[in-house]
Amino acid sequence: MSLSASPAPSLQRVHHLLGQPADLQGHLDAHGPLNVARGRSSSWQHGLVDSLEESGLTGRGGGAFPTSVKLAVSQTAGHGGIILVNAMEGEPASSKDQLLLTRAPHLVLDGAQYLATLCGSDRVVICVPNGRVAVVAAVRHALQERRAHRYARVREEIAQPPDRFIAGEESALANWIESARSAPVFRPDKGIALRIRKRPALVHNAETLAHVALIARYGAGPFRARGTAEEPGTCLVTLSGAVTHSGVVEVDRGTPLWDIAQRGQPIEPIQALLVGGYGGTWVGPGDFRTPYASIPLRTIGATAGVGVIVALAETSCGLAESARIARYLAGESSGQCGPCAFGLPAIADDLERLACGRSDDGLLARLERRLRHVNGRGACRHPDGAVALVRSALSVFAADVAVHSRGAPCSSWRKPTVFRFPRPIGLGG
Amino acid sequence: MNSTSLWYATRASGIVALVLLTLTMVLGLVTTSRSRARNWPGFAQQEIHRRISIMAVVFLALHVLTSLLDTYVHIGWLAVVVPFASPYSRFWVGLGTVALDLMIAVFVSSLLRARLRPGTWRGIHWLAYASWPIALAHTFGLGTDAGEQWVIVLGAVCVMAVGVSLVWRVRTAAKRSALAPPLTSQPIPLTRRVATSTGGRRDVP
Amino acid sequence: MRDLRITIDPVACDAYGYCAEILPEVIGLDEWGYPIIRDGPLEGELVAFARRAARDCPKRALTIREKRTN
Repeated sequence: MSLSASPAPSLQRVHHLLGQPADLQGHLDAHGPLNVARGRSSSWQHGLVDSLEESGLTGRGGGAFPTSVKLAVSQTAGHGGIILVNAMEGEPASSKDQLLLTRAPHLVLDGAQYLATLCGSDRVVICVPNGRVAVVAAVRHALQERRAHRYARVREEIAQPPDRFIAGEESALANWIESARSAPVFRPDKGIALRIRKRPALVHNAETLAHVALIARYGAGPFRARGTAEEPGTCLVTLSGAVTHSGVVEVDRGTPLWDIAQRGQPIEPIQALLVGGYGGTWVGPGDFRTPYASIPLRTIGATAGVGVIVALAETSCGLAESARIARYLAGESSGQCGPCAFGLPAIADDLERLACGRSDDGLLARLERRLRHVNGRGACRHPDGAVALVRSALSVFAADVAVHSRGAPCSSWRKPTVFRFPRPIGLGG
Repeated sequence: MNSTSLWYATRASGIVALVLLTLTMVLGLVTTSRSRARNWPGFAQQEIHRRISIMAVVFLALHVLTSLLDTYVHIGWLAVVVPFASPYSRFWVGLGTVALDLMIAVFVSSLLRARLRPGTWRGIHWLAYASWPIALAHTFGLGTDAGEQWVIVLGAVCVMAVGVSLVWRVRTAAKRSALAPPLTSQPIPLTRRVATSTGGRRDVP
Repeated sequence: MRDLRITIDPVACDAYGYCAEILPEVIGLDEWGYPIIRDGPLEGELVAFARRAARDCPKRALTIREKRTN
């Protein structure tokens, strides 16, 4: 029960998430105790807020929202709230949060503790999907260790919402905690804090919290030493698809996409990369050198999204894979909003027809109109992600679109999918 | 105003109120999100339902007032809102009071609709479905005109109208829950309201 | 002049379509009956119609809000 070990020098100088000790004792040896100052307006608290702002840390759950701004919104909403650790990772192509919880759970939970102190929260709830047995076991073990050592001040619990794509959406998560309904809530003004039974709730992705924990201990310097000036720090990216080594890598923000993909060692010639998850966008070979950061990606019409890169081989059919993703996303709609509930299946139908070579004359115009009508008209960003994915597919695989719409699809549309889905997604025909 | 004319007024306003209430029920049942009478905008359907319900309330007020002013039978002001408090025909008048109480709840909740949660308003509005059969029972239970042929026919027509509307509503709701086809197959473009040469207004896409 | 905009709560909206009947200049319907709002502030005399639409929506999904310029 050594509580005054000094931090190892190498881990102090370099800010990184993978390669951390998984057990509490190792964590203590590496980083020292969890020193949070008590009292509401201490200089320590101001120092931490300044560090977070200076670090330029943005959310690693897909929203890329500045962490310090989100914190400020929640702080003004009052004390006595909840910190929700979002480890839902509904994105099937992503496994970074699960990995982080099995490899460095204490870092994630420490981050939540730091924010809980700043917000005056009295509870930390770590949300892991129901059914992910290994992750739940790892989290339970870590919570047990912390309780046994009386390590953390604010009470920590685990919750297990349903394992669906949309369950990790911020307002859906808060809604589930409050009323057991895993469905997003219409929030026209994101400047107003989320609330659970009138108390403010601050939701953060697990990886973001791990970064918070390191910034809190070592300051913004080591974080800013990685990445770029506009987008500092590292991030975790899950590689999959036509690569030899699929899995999670830690990269500096701003690393060119192709360099990241190379770390997985692509098996065969790659025709496109899916960046940002199933609600992200395709990127063609002309843009493979684009840095993995929000602004450069936006200039090529792509989104950084969640740290996911899937490599699509030239022997696969981009339209068929996109049709499967569109069908999956349509099935994951919460069904609350008409444009999403009706529009996404309609878009998936059209894309499937195109992929299978059963296109009709009005299909492209109809698809374009539906994409326009569905975008931005839901309570959450789920339909927007689906629209972005389909639009990028039509653009990046434009040559395929021309061929398929003449009724003669490429031979590879029947090739088994390289994408992971929780249930089998078939294409008709 | 003598007792006889008050009595006639009570019975007449009661029958009219019942008919208007039936009409309100029918309109309420057939006004769903997907239903459209030909050439009749949906918001107008809703408005008609509202206005007829207000007319029903007016005739109901007349009915209650004349029945109280009539000294031939003693009902008492208390029995207007407290069920089964009337010395005269306690049970049947009491049913009328129950129906009236339910309708007052519906009316007040609709006035305060903006301040209530949607679920609360909807729940109270469903009480209207209960007030109609109770009002019907009150009408025929009291017996004054219940034996008249035209009243029986009227009652039967009211029951059939509500019955048919109810069946239609249940079937439409079942179809809708199976993701019924959308109302319009072509998107409706935005229009501009332009002045016509005759001084009226017209919508052009 | 206040910059007033129409906001639709997509969760509450059930495609009754009354709003598009009352204010066709600003509100159109997609192929499934759900409202599409034209961009831009509400012009003078349309505000009254917009308020009527907000009042008549059976699901209270339509509201009129002032756009904050910040």
